[in-house]
Amino acid sequence: MKILPPVSIETRRLLPRSWDLLAGIFVLGTIIFCAEASREVIQPLASLAHNPVSLDPANLPNYAFRTALRMLVAMVFSLIFTLTYATWAAKSKRASIILIPLLDILQSVPILGFISVTVVFFLSLAPGKVLGAEIAAVFAIFTSQAWNMAFSFYQSLRTVPVELTEAGKMFGLTGWGRFWRIEVPFGLPPLVWNMMMSMSGGWFFVTLSEAISVGHTSIVLPGIGSYIAAAIEAKSLTSIFWAIGAMLVVILIFDQLLFRPLIAWADRFRIDSEPSDEEPESWALTMFRRSQLLDWLSSPFDRMMRWSYRLRPLELASAKNAKPSKLMDGVFYTVLVALGGYIIWKIAAFAGAAFSLHEVVDASLRGLATFARVVILIALASLIWTPIGIYVGLRPHLAQVIQPIAQFLAAFPANLVFPVAVSVIVVWNLNPDIWLSPLMVLGTQWYILFNVIAGASALPRELKDAASNFQVRGWLWWKKVGIPAVMPYYVTGAITASGGSWNAAVNAEVAVWGSKTLHAYGLGAYIFDATGVGDFHKIVVGVFVMSFYVVILNRLFWRPLYWYAERKFRLA
Amino acid sequence: METLLEATNVRRSFPRPGGEELLVLDGVNVTLKEGEIVGLLGRSGSGKSTFLRLIAGLAKPQGGRLDYLGQPIDGPASGIAMVFQSFALFPWLTVLENVQLGLEALSLPEKEIRTRAIEAIDLIGLDGYESAYPRELSGGMRQRVGFARALVVHPNILLMDEPFSALDVLTAENLRTDLIELWQHKKLPIKSILLVTHNIEEAVQMCDRALLFSSNPGRVTTEIKIDLPHPRDRADPHFEDYVDRIYVEMTSRKIERQRNQQQTGVLPDAPITRISTSTLSGLIEALAAPQYGGKADLPDIASDLQLEVDELFPITEALQMLRLGDMEGGDIKLTHMGKLFAESETNVRKAIFQRTLVANVPFAAHIRKILDERTNHTAPRRRFIDELEDKFTEDAADETLRAITSWGRFAELFSYDAESETFSLENPT
Repeated sequence: MKILPPVSIETRRLLPRSWDLLAGIFVLGTIIFCAEASREVIQPLASLAHNPVSLDPANLPNYAFRTALRMLVAMVFSLIFTLTYATWAAKSKRASIILIPLLDILQSVPILGFISVTVVFFLSLAPGKVLGAEIAAVFAIFTSQAWNMAFSFYQSLRTVPVELTEAGKMFGLTGWGRFWRIEVPFGLPPLVWNMMMSMSGGWFFVTLSEAISVGHTSIVLPGIGSYIAAAIEAKSLTSIFWAIGAMLVVILIFDQLLFRPLIAWADRFRIDSEPSDEEPESWALTMFRRSQLLDWLSSPFDRMMRWSYRLRPLELASAKNAKPSKLMDGVFYTVLVALGGYIIWKIAAFAGAAFSLHEVVDASLRGLATFARVVILIALASLIWTPIGIYVGLRPHLAQVIQPIAQFLAAFPANLVFPVAVSVIVVWNLNPDIWLSPLMVLGTQWYILFNVIAGASALPRELKDAASNFQVRGWLWWKKVGIPAVMPYYVTGAITASGGSWNAAVNAEVAVWGSKTLHAYGLGAYIFDATGVGDFHKIVVGVFVMSFYVVILNRLFWRPLYWYAERKFRLA
Repeated sequence: METLLEATNVRRSFPRPGGEELLVLDGVNVTLKEGEIVGLLGRSGSGKSTFLRLIAGLAKPQGGRLDYLGQPIDGPASGIAMVFQSFALFPWLTVLENVQLGLEALSLPEKEIRTRAIEAIDLIGLDGYESAYPRELSGGMRQRVGFARALVVHPNILLMDEPFSALDVLTAENLRTDLIELWQHKKLPIKSILLVTHNIEEAVQMCDRALLFSSNPGRVTTEIKIDLPHPRDRADPHFEDYVDRIYVEMTSRKIERQRNQQQTGVLPDAPITRISTSTLSGLIEALAAPQYGGKADLPDIASDLQLEVDELFPITEALQMLRLGDMEGGDIKLTHMGKLFAESETNVRKAIFQRTLVANVPFAAHIRKILDERTNHTAPRRRFIDELEDKFTEDAADETLRAITSWGRFAELFSYDAESETFSLENPT
């Protein structure tokens, strides 16, 4: 038998593969759509008034595309923010002292607070052009996406295994090279999951960010959010259903073309050596991988990155040995204190002008009402979803069906339920203070369900076997096995749900259907109304009080509970 | 002596995607009598753990009878308790709470629960650790909790699923001797023990009878009575005789089966286990070393490579399949090709490996042939996995193709790009 020649036949082909056709269609389509959109954003602002949002469903594809594009742009900015802000916080001890608590507070500020304060500024960036309004909308979406992504990446950066960093150093990678080849890949899987959650958050506030109305400034950008707003104003149920349909389609497309490929791709960066039971798969990722067209498009970028790893600025090499000096510390803290003092002085001046004690007390009392709502609703949601989540999590087939449905429901804006909520409350003559509240957890309760399902499916088979071998059943099973097993997961979900519910209060304590408007007594309605009339002092008071509540609740209740659950219930 | 457990012609299979069935147990016959320790010995994947789960009532057999005290087993019975391989302690319960759990499920009065739990904890040597959490304990202590939790319900049958395999050698030995001593002095509140293990010496040390389990499907092939007084000494020649006998028994059957199989077509007759080429080279080099001169006793070479004998089996199988080695009784010896391989340097090794791979694994030659025939010299993985799935289950087909891929890459017979899942003749650039 002859020995076959060694493998070396060059087979790189120049002819396109069949996958290239598909990929080509995608690339072309994206370019055309983006050109279309950019043509529209440089139109004068007045053109928005000439073409008001129409309820004709034929316009929906265009609206859906505009909304999707805004979300994508916001996602890009969120990613840039994540990669810079979180990295800075993780790399610099000094910076983290201020950056991390700041992130905590930013997370607690309701999105409407950001919009109302910044919209005039953004409009002034491109005077008289739609672009300014678009920037404002993108910024609003950004504020509903960025914070948790930054937190997740910061956590990852803090937990990069020392061996990996050391190996990187031994192979002579610079800080820049280590960042892209070790730290970013390591943080990617959790970051992708947080991107998905952020997207849901963006949907929840889609109306607020597209139909911006602050005092006399009123902008309606074409998109699904504005379409929903118009449908509510016109009391058109059919249009609401069209909007739900369009949203579903966009979410599905995002899922298939963006998140599923991302998850499948990020799976290879998981650090645990155990292979996952089921490797995530995605036809879109297969397409990207098999197509040569995308190879060509990405190769210049790829080469540039490779080239940049080899760059070795001299000053960086020498800076490595420098120890953090006491002097610099002193300078840093002095600047920090001075800055803090200045801001306090500014706030005091601002407050002195219009803050009355009366106003603060009023807002705090309303905050207490919202606080009570959040606590009661989270408790109720926990009682309902924890047992269901455990039941589902123990049955993998059921979990596969439930997960995507819950994901869609988490993205469901409260506005879409306004018709039902308002009609029911008016017809039955119910108290809006109580019956508007469920809208607050409409989107957030699912985080409890997600996490509990994940926890229950992570229960090892041997533990389940041991429980049934010793005939642990019924209430004893729930008490000693089921509930403790999902505890850390539940707490993570409840923290997300609670934070989200505060934010959602702004969108849920005031319900509008046609000319009928229902108000609940609470901080969310307070901020919503203050935004409507453009009362900046009230907005600032409202946002300040809300952040205060959220931060206090987190610090005094959720954080300790989280550490307790982590220590006691986490499976080794 | 009373018969506690009687298994007659037990059959169990698992459904596979695509409607096929994977037969794991077929025609299993086992009897367990009062006062004896019985060992189920077999290679990993032979279905012995599945059998234990059937007895524990955690799964149901699909055929045959499984009787406990003359009654068919229908769900977990209170007279059968299990000790798990990875302990299966609840991390959020203390030692005492973990031990009490089984008694609480029996709804006993609180006072009795407490006394019995403390008793079991003392018996197994855990006093002082009652309020500790499992994560604070070492592996050995954790498994003691596992034993206490099983003993506290005073079961008739104690099932043990590789209870010592997650422990280091010294801790395992220590726990084994403690357990045998308590058993010998009749201090354990149990009537019989069924031990599943892949460790032959462990079985000889502990059991009154060893039942050898074959795989695919699993069934009891041989029963060996171990007639040695306790405590048993590993250095005792009789002890070694038993160990040798079991080794030979376990290997010869495997070969017999292999010899009876005829190669037909390009598909392998049985799924191929993935053994890395460096492992294969390691074994070949060890065999070629002067102290063996190309031929070695399995237990010897196993301990030399710091492997359990059952871990050695798939490697020797691969060696035989590639005709680099052959079995003789309980010995493994290198073939002419194997010796040549051992003496050569890397490039020649690759050539030898390519030759023997093409000659003895027709499916590898088949892949190369397809690639040669195609104008672009590439073929998707799907093309080959489909062929293999005609004969094997999805998992087995996947494992087989991975094995062949890994060997083919080493032999430079073809290359494979995992990202695009494509075989080609292209050298990665």
